Amino acid sequence: MTELVVVPAYNEAAMIGRVVRDLFQHNWNNILVVNDGSTDATAYSVKAAGVKMVSHTINRGQGAALETGNEYARRNSFDVVVHFDGDGQLNAADIKGAIEKLNSGYDVVLGSRFLDNRSRLPWTKRYLILPVARFVNYILTGVSLSDAHNGFRVLNKLALEKIRITQSGMAHNSEIVAETKRLGLRYIEYPVEIKYLEYGQGLKGGIKIIFDWIFKS
Amino acid sequence: MLVIQIILLFFFLFAWSRVFRKYRLNEIKLKELVIWSFFWLIAAIVVLVPNFTSTIAKIVGIGRGADLVIYMSVALLFYILFRVFIRLEKIENNITKITRELALKDNNKKE
Repeated sequence: MTELVVVPAYNEAAMIGRVVRDLFQHNWNNILVVNDGSTDATAYSVKAAGVKMVSHTINRGQGAALETGNEYARRNSFDVVVHFDGDGQLNAADIKGAIEKLNSGYDVVLGSRFLDNRSRLPWTKRYLILPVARFVNYILTGVSLSDAHNGFRVLNKLALEKIRITQSGMAHNSEIVAETKRLGLRYIEYPVEIKYLEYGQGLKGGIKIIFDWIFKS
Repeated sequence: MLVIQIILLFFFLFAWSRVFRKYRLNEIKLKELVIWSFFWLIAAIVVLVPNFTSTIAKIVGIGRGADLVIYMSVALLFYILFRVFIRLEKIENNITKITRELALKDNNKKE
């Protein structure tokens, strides 16, 4: 079985090297960085790290970058795809367990930062933004999850063949969940650690996601 | 004739001349020329003979002709906006597809 770790990166020159090294250290050697039209030295950092990269000529959004990674995996016959954010907030140590979880009888494994207490969230995120995000996610997708949006998920071959991400922006998170349910794929959440280096999308990003979801699907 | 009538008529004439120019430059099709000519012609009639809209307004149950024109215009604008929105979405998706293919093709070449 071959796994591909897809790392979407947009202007992550400072972090991407660390992310890739972290993945290497945990023995993940099939890594594909999807450089989403970065205007900084991301491409240079990726090359320096010695990892495979495909580049969008122009920035198309994280959803688009992940679908490019998925398409690469389909064309190169990978069995499992791991979506792993390139911003350095995820922990590569979580991948192994998530894949084991997948192999225990699931098609999709979704990372959640609320299933254990490793992630230290800013309180505004934990008590204000994410409960709202979870609720909106539930309304939009009909799936109740402990976490709403984070950059960690694992898809098996069946999920990879069936799910097509059409939401170019950040609404792809909800889209993947909704598609998982619609297609009758077996899914489960898995505890992952999120290290908070910076705040992330904030409220404005959240509103944009809802807008995208309503008007672009 | 009221000043506003003259101003609007000149504007309509200008708008139509743009349409016609686009047709002559082969930028729009005959069908579009006909539709837009018809549109500006109706607009001109409405401005020249305001009672015309009042008559129709009474038939459909609206008090004033000017109100009818505004209601119709808003409905039409929303529809056009919707069409543009859909179109834009399609173009966005196509750009993403092209970008994706380019990215994956470039990668193949290197290997």
